[in-house]
Amino acid sequence: MSTSDLRGRFEGLFERDVTLVLAVLGALYLAYILAGVAFGYGLRGQLNSIANLTFYVGVFGMMALALNLHWGYTGLFNIGIVGFMGIGIYVTALVSKPPVGDGAAQVGGFGLPLFVGVIAGVVIAGLFGLLVALPALRLRADYLAIVTVAFSEIVRFTMMSRTFQTFTVPDTIDLWVVSFDPAADTVGLGGGGGLILNYTNPLEALLRALFLWDPYLGFVSFVEASVIPNNPKPVLDGLLYGVVLIVGVGLFYLLLSRTGKSPFGRVLKAIREDEDVANALGKDTDRFKLTAFVLGAALMGLGGILWYSGRGSITPPSFRPNITFFIWIALIIGGAGSNTGSFLGGAIFAGVLYEGPRYFKNLVETAFELGDAPRNFGEAMAGFASLDPMPFVLYTLDSVSQLRLVIMGVVLIWLMHNRPEGLLGHRKETASSVDLARPGGGGSTGNPAAADGGDER
Amino acid sequence: MSVSETFVRYRRTLSEEPLAIGVILVALWMVWSLVTGLASGGIQISSLASLVWDGLLRGLIIGLAGIGLSMTYSILNFANFAHGDYLTSGAFAGMGASYLIAGIGENSVGALLLVGAGGSVFGGALGIGVTTAPIAVVLGALVAGVAAIVLALAIDRFVYRPIRDESGIALLITSIGVAFALRYLLQFVYGAGVRGTTAAGSVPRINVPAIDGTFRVTAHDISLIVVAAGLMLGVHLLLQRTKLGKAMRAMSDNEDLARITGIPTEQVIRTTWIVGAGLTGVAGYMFVLWKGTLGFNDGWLLLLLVFAAVILGGIGSIYGAIGGGIIIGLTASVSVIWIPSEFGRAAAFMVMIVILLFKPEGIFSGRTTA
Repeated sequence: MSTSDLRGRFEGLFERDVTLVLAVLGALYLAYILAGVAFGYGLRGQLNSIANLTFYVGVFGMMALALNLHWGYTGLFNIGIVGFMGIGIYVTALVSKPPVGDGAAQVGGFGLPLFVGVIAGVVIAGLFGLLVALPALRLRADYLAIVTVAFSEIVRFTMMSRTFQTFTVPDTIDLWVVSFDPAADTVGLGGGGGLILNYTNPLEALLRALFLWDPYLGFVSFVEASVIPNNPKPVLDGLLYGVVLIVGVGLFYLLLSRTGKSPFGRVLKAIREDEDVANALGKDTDRFKLTAFVLGAALMGLGGILWYSGRGSITPPSFRPNITFFIWIALIIGGAGSNTGSFLGGAIFAGVLYEGPRYFKNLVETAFELGDAPRNFGEAMAGFASLDPMPFVLYTLDSVSQLRLVIMGVVLIWLMHNRPEGLLGHRKETASSVDLARPGGGGSTGNPAAADGGDER
Repeated sequence: MSVSETFVRYRRTLSEEPLAIGVILVALWMVWSLVTGLASGGIQISSLASLVWDGLLRGLIIGLAGIGLSMTYSILNFANFAHGDYLTSGAFAGMGASYLIAGIGENSVGALLLVGAGGSVFGGALGIGVTTAPIAVVLGALVAGVAAIVLALAIDRFVYRPIRDESGIALLITSIGVAFALRYLLQFVYGAGVRGTTAAGSVPRINVPAIDGTFRVTAHDISLIVVAAGLMLGVHLLLQRTKLGKAMRAMSDNEDLARITGIPTEQVIRTTWIVGAGLTGVAGYMFVLWKGTLGFNDGWLLLLLVFAAVILGGIGSIYGAIGGGIIIGLTASVSVIWIPSEFGRAAAFMVMIVILLFKPEGIFSGRTTA
């Protein structure tokens, strides 16, 4: 077998989604475990590190998939993602937080079960999607971008506002014939202080619903007795939540792949390619765009709930547009238009760009005994006067959390210059239901991958 | 158009556009509550005047920064999300120069150039202000303009020019990358803290009498108006007296055709960046001088308002950018009469969204680039 043959076989292997995804995830996890070994982590530290990586891979993968429905399938340039995420989690908090009585210092909620809160959050995020989309979808892509980012900022202003900080719920609510007395007296968005998420632990709620809570507690005490001696529950909770997120990613993936392959999805792709043609073929493109936007917004709301519901509290500064751009970078790394690509982009973004720099800093700090970093850029540059680059290096390492955003920006520019289609964007699904590539390669329409003998779908 | 035709057209608009009715109702309610508020004394005329004055100044900054954004938007055909960070970069460079001139000899050059990163030097102690250190302020504004120009040209050369022929969306995404890199490099160099930059106490001020009180006008308000008006007039003359304006119009209509006609398109693009970025840098400096604080996020926070102004005025129209800027500035300031003050910026965004719905080509449409 010649080497080129081997190579072809090797590449053929990587054209299969499962292998590709597993290879990328495997590389990421291996790198993190090796880094953990270098840090001298024990089992507990390793598991924490893995849970953390899984969390970010899960949430970014999920959000990138939801964005793929907007941008990759339908060509809707939505940069208001974080607004929908914020609406999702705030509504969930409002519905599910335990009620507080009159005159309580903190803000309460309606005290309904968590699953009701999640459903409400997703539905309300979708409704806001409708509210934005109804007027905005007529606009050009760049105007839609500006309107959506303005919308997400309005959402953030609302969260921060003192006006919506607290409401007093009337003691009796008369709805036509029904009249009831809600337990809640004071609800609200909490203003700049945010909301404390003191509802049932979401993991516990999920496991209780699946009747797995007691077996899980048993497992935890087993682990405590045999593997991790002191209080292993937080570690295991983190890991299990990571698993829940990965399952969520799988469900997102299934839903979006099914959507993409359905007649509905084909119309979306036709709109992306040329809206006028789709319109001329008798498709009510406005309606399709509206449905796609609302579905995507609801998924973004769900993503936001899964992202933040496990936190102890939520505050408005978490919902700055930066998160939106992180998700965009993830999607562009993976390649808009391909669901597998979206997830891969999310995973790579989370592992390399989002969490990677911090690990790199810790690695360097473990490897070398470094002194204290200078407090500002001036002191860092002062070292160069005596030809000593160390202060600058230390300052750079110390500022890694800002510099990773610089790196993200540069990566985005580089991608747009060199590989605007991302990792798997060449597999952008065509609007046709049949394979447009002619057998024997050559003249294909709308499937550039076939020209270089690549993957034919 | 006869009166009846107009009437019929408006009646049709009303029946087809339920949103229009909503907007009109909101406008009527606003007028009503303002009139009753003024009549009953709930809203003081002096505080209204103060809000209008504040909005006007804010609007001039937005308009000044908007000219550059509008020009590059129409010629290069993309929404530059890094524009706000050009403004911040200019402001930091200019303030660094001002600090250096005002404080040289007593403080270290590094600390001055870094605009007192980490609390090493304070603008108040240096006496930065248009009356207390006029040379430092004038030179600082010039440095701000030049720095923004150099930055914009360098970024255009290495980032935008290689992908000039890509779609507007590809360029827009790239500009988001530029904005990220630039903003957090600024944070890396100048630090994350918001610093006070002027000797706010020693700025001369007068209290202008309004009917039932006074409102305050400072020397920095006046200098902002002078600089903004002068630069806007300068751009007007530049575009009217030279062929640049015509070349820019030709390019925004059809770049290929412009090139065939013999217009040196790359040179026009460069000139556009120079004019636009220069105005933006100076706008950033005057903004910081006027409000007296400087942080690495300032330009980004202003950017959406600038976009709103540009869209409101019609992309490509410099008069539109100025007019749109003033409308947006006034909206953001004066709207607090009707709504809680946290929603001033939200109101400005709403005005932009409403304009996009009813007149997406902008209210000064048809008069692109001078």
